[in-house]
Amino acid sequence: MNGLIDIMQLRTDEIDALIKTANDIIGNPQKYAQACAGKKLATLFFEPSTRTRLSFEAAMYELGGHVLGFSEAASSSSSKGESVADTVTVVGYYADIIAMRHPKEGAPLVAAMKSSVPVINAGDGGHNHPTQTLTDLLTIQREKGRFDHLTVGLCGDLKFGRTVHSLISALSRYEKVKFVLISPEELVIPDYVRQEVLQKNNIDFVETRDLEAAMPELDILYMTRVQRERFFNEADYIRLKDSYVLTVPKLQSAKSDLCVMHPLPRVNEIAVDVDDDPRACYFKQAQNGKYIRMALILKLLGIEVDAQ
Amino acid sequence: MIVNPITNGIVLDHITAGKAMDIYKILHLDSLNCTVAIIKNADSKKMGHKDIIKIFEHIDLNLDVLGYIDPGITVSIIKDGKVKDRLHLELPQRVTNVIKCKNPRCITSVEQELPHVFQLTDREKGVYRCIYCETKAKNRV
Repeated sequence: MNGLIDIMQLRTDEIDALIKTANDIIGNPQKYAQACAGKKLATLFFEPSTRTRLSFEAAMYELGGHVLGFSEAASSSSSKGESVADTVTVVGYYADIIAMRHPKEGAPLVAAMKSSVPVINAGDGGHNHPTQTLTDLLTIQREKGRFDHLTVGLCGDLKFGRTVHSLISALSRYEKVKFVLISPEELVIPDYVRQEVLQKNNIDFVETRDLEAAMPELDILYMTRVQRERFFNEADYIRLKDSYVLTVPKLQSAKSDLCVMHPLPRVNEIAVDVDDDPRACYFKQAQNGKYIRMALILKLLGIEVDAQ
Repeated sequence: MIVNPITNGIVLDHITAGKAMDIYKILHLDSLNCTVAIIKNADSKKMGHKDIIKIFEHIDLNLDVLGYIDPGITVSIIKDGKVKDRLHLELPQRVTNVIKCKNPRCITSVEQELPHVFQLTDREKGVYRCIYCETKAKNRV
């Protein structure tokens, strides 16, 4: 496959190599400043996004490359009825690499099957979001120094939260990882994650409704937003949106080295005063997103920067 | 009832009892001009009851579709009154345009020309999932 569509395409040693490159970029940004000179990244965002699109664009600029693209479907030819396959075929003539976000699940796979240049899935509906997972893994590595022997709490919308699905798949490959899945009944993880990732690989996991009861055993707490855009019914969204709110008092029973993560944007699921707690890692996580995307762009373009 | 033996053609044996008509429709056997015999609920030592389809002509069979619908089927190719080849089917790794993805969030729901491709993800349980959105296929035909 041409590009990165699903985090499970990457072996663990390939993830380790990307993380090594990202850490080197963090330590020596000037070394990479012209690595992509003359290269163009096309950001095809058929669905609005701030963080992911800007971090891709910042990543390419910091590598000395250029960026072109669109940030909503209305300003692309898809509004005229053009297929994803046709769009990427044409964009492949203009750019060296594509980052695509699309509201429909599987659209980036369709793109990768047709494209002459690498396609990065920047989120396809509630399905996959591999660069967010790479961001999460870089954050976990930097904060905890390991991927094994961790108890990971995932809280909120586990049904449509694509970052959650990808992270579970990625972490399931490491030893002694336990998942605590905290969600309302209506937003539990999809059956394909439960059956074909967790149960199939004999991964230790519990499903619960109670965040506070789960708190003391967690090494990582990954909060998610209940996403309005994933609901066909507004009433269901309103009923579920305030299911879990992380506050400073709720953190009292947590470990002192807990790492609180969130893919952002948040609405109200993490109270603002939690930001001052040293265990809050979500802004560092957002910053890490740029570095890991820089590492991924380099890998997919086959550019090696001397590690000296 | 007498069904003549085949001189040249194909016999689909060990069809799960009751599935012969589904297979007849899915393989579009109604469009053939040759004789096609459907035998339902025949006695079977192994299966109790089984269905059999005899096609009195050589045609191109989509073995993937057949394997998907009923992997226990045996396909015998008959030439000059003798069994020239006997194929035992298994669940195919992929099927194209046999199952429709029903997920309204899948890209196939808006791009009509895309083939609906399902991949075998659990051979033991016979689970197929859409390659685009990973939605599980409902029970096989």
